Amino acid sequence: MNLSVKIAGVEFNNPVMTASGTFGSGMEYNEFIDLNKLGAVVTKGVSNVPWSGNPVPRVAETYGGMLNAIGLQNPGIDTFIKRDLSFLKDFDTRVIVNVCGKTIDDYTEVVERLNDEDRVDMLEINVSCPNVKEGAIAFGQNRDALYEITDKIKRVSKRPVIMKLSPNVTDIADMAKAAEAAGADAISLINTITGVKVDINRRSFVLANKTGGLSGPAIKPVALRMVYQCAKAVSIPIIGMGGISNAEDALEFMMVGARAIAVGAMNFHDPYTTEKVVLGIKKFMQDNKISDINDIVGCIE
Amino acid sequence: MKNNSIKKKESALIVLQEEIAENVYSMWIETDISKNCIPGQFISVYPDDPSKLLPRPISICETDNGRLRIVYRIAGEGTGEFSALKKGDHIDILGPLGNGFPVLEGKAILIGGGIGIPPMLGLARSRNKNDTIIVSGYRNSDMFLEKELSNNGTLMIATEDGSVGIKGNVMDVLHEKNLRADVIYACGPLPMLKAVKEYSEKTGITAYVSMEERMACGIGACLACVCSSTEVDDHSKVKNKRICKDGPVFNVKEVNL
Repeated sequence: MNLSVKIAGVEFNNPVMTASGTFGSGMEYNEFIDLNKLGAVVTKGVSNVPWSGNPVPRVAETYGGMLNAIGLQNPGIDTFIKRDLSFLKDFDTRVIVNVCGKTIDDYTEVVERLNDEDRVDMLEINVSCPNVKEGAIAFGQNRDALYEITDKIKRVSKRPVIMKLSPNVTDIADMAKAAEAAGADAISLINTITGVKVDINRRSFVLANKTGGLSGPAIKPVALRMVYQCAKAVSIPIIGMGGISNAEDALEFMMVGARAIAVGAMNFHDPYTTEKVVLGIKKFMQDNKISDINDIVGCIE
Repeated sequence: MKNNSIKKKESALIVLQEEIAENVYSMWIETDISKNCIPGQFISVYPDDPSKLLPRPISICETDNGRLRIVYRIAGEGTGEFSALKKGDHIDILGPLGNGFPVLEGKAILIGGGIGIPPMLGLARSRNKNDTIIVSGYRNSDMFLEKELSNNGTLMIATEDGSVGIKGNVMDVLHEKNLRADVIYACGPLPMLKAVKEYSEKTGITAYVSMEERMACGIGACLACVCSSTEVDDHSKVKNKRICKDGPVFNVKEVNL
């Protein structure tokens, strides 16, 4: 039975990854699960210098999901290389580093720093975080801006590049096409959907940032629709995510065209979710006599 | 890398649940976690309702022979669901989480305000009762844990309406009695913790405060529950500390309240 999938020449033991920002660099979850059992650890967004993020409260629970406005707090690329990449050296899993920035130069600086790090298998470019005021999302909501940043990053990166797309656009397939045209090796989607929660007693927003990104099972139907649309529009591989809580969810994403999938908010509900999804996919393959997971990718036309 | 963690998520058997004051519940559960935790740590408690994704962080009140006790107030639908559970039911928990109170020799003042009182019982039990002063603040005479607390130290009570003890809050007790000690431990609402910090600065008494914030993962990965630190933190490289992982207990000198 083959569970391995290939994206831009990189082979993954299985198609189950972690969604950036929900899993740190795996250090904390390593106390609960075996990171070797994951297809990849996708690390939390890292920028050229440390970022402080947004004021608290940064999270709020909503029906079947949650809003977050962490604001990409991270220790910066120096610490990330020294501490986080060193930690990941000991594991037999792929490492995808999520990169964030405020300007194109910020992004390319981080990308260049990672060029010589052997432990990095791929980059995921965060142009879709809804919670920072400058950069980031600005590149992810405009077709030309997305094309330009993808092109500039592709010119400097020695690693395959995944562009992570925002669902907060009119036509996500159009954005996928722009990323592909600019040379992206893959796309991942969806990032969170912008939302708000109101505290009627205090007559205020619950999040200090007012708006946040919605994730969790509540967004799964939207994410599936968008993955399907993009799969129809581009030929580069797609990493699908948005509310995946079990193997059935993961298989839905794969059947509409995702080559791999990522578990995000559900890690907070159950730290063992990723491992359970891997086991559940294996069981589905056994029960349905599927010998190669790649046979179900995009099987629904 | 070898995984030697003692933390785990499990379904724990409820052995006793009772309402000990209005909307305040005491729940004893059977769990191995009880053997590996220290006063001031907390557990994540998961609602069964699948529309509620996130765990509720609840401080450990005390442990006893394979059992762990939480005392919590109904604050919303999640804790409301917990309160409806009965002996024999199961509840999903994860822990032990956080750092807990540091053990210091000498005389200590343990300050608990409202639903910040429960962790002070476990802390008091771990200490010599002759060196332990406990100051508890309640809204009114509808008190909880006061008998257990008085068995484990010298208990002083403040009530907002003056029905029991000193009228006012816990800080009024400290000021009125001019309390002195080698260390202060405090858990309660933010204004109380701010006042404890001021008291510590004025008197020179070392003080540790247990903080809370809206959490998501509860284990230090998501960076939702940060507090402002006075110095650049070694993990974050900015002036933020993770309440769930680096805390919830901090020396007041480490944090801006």
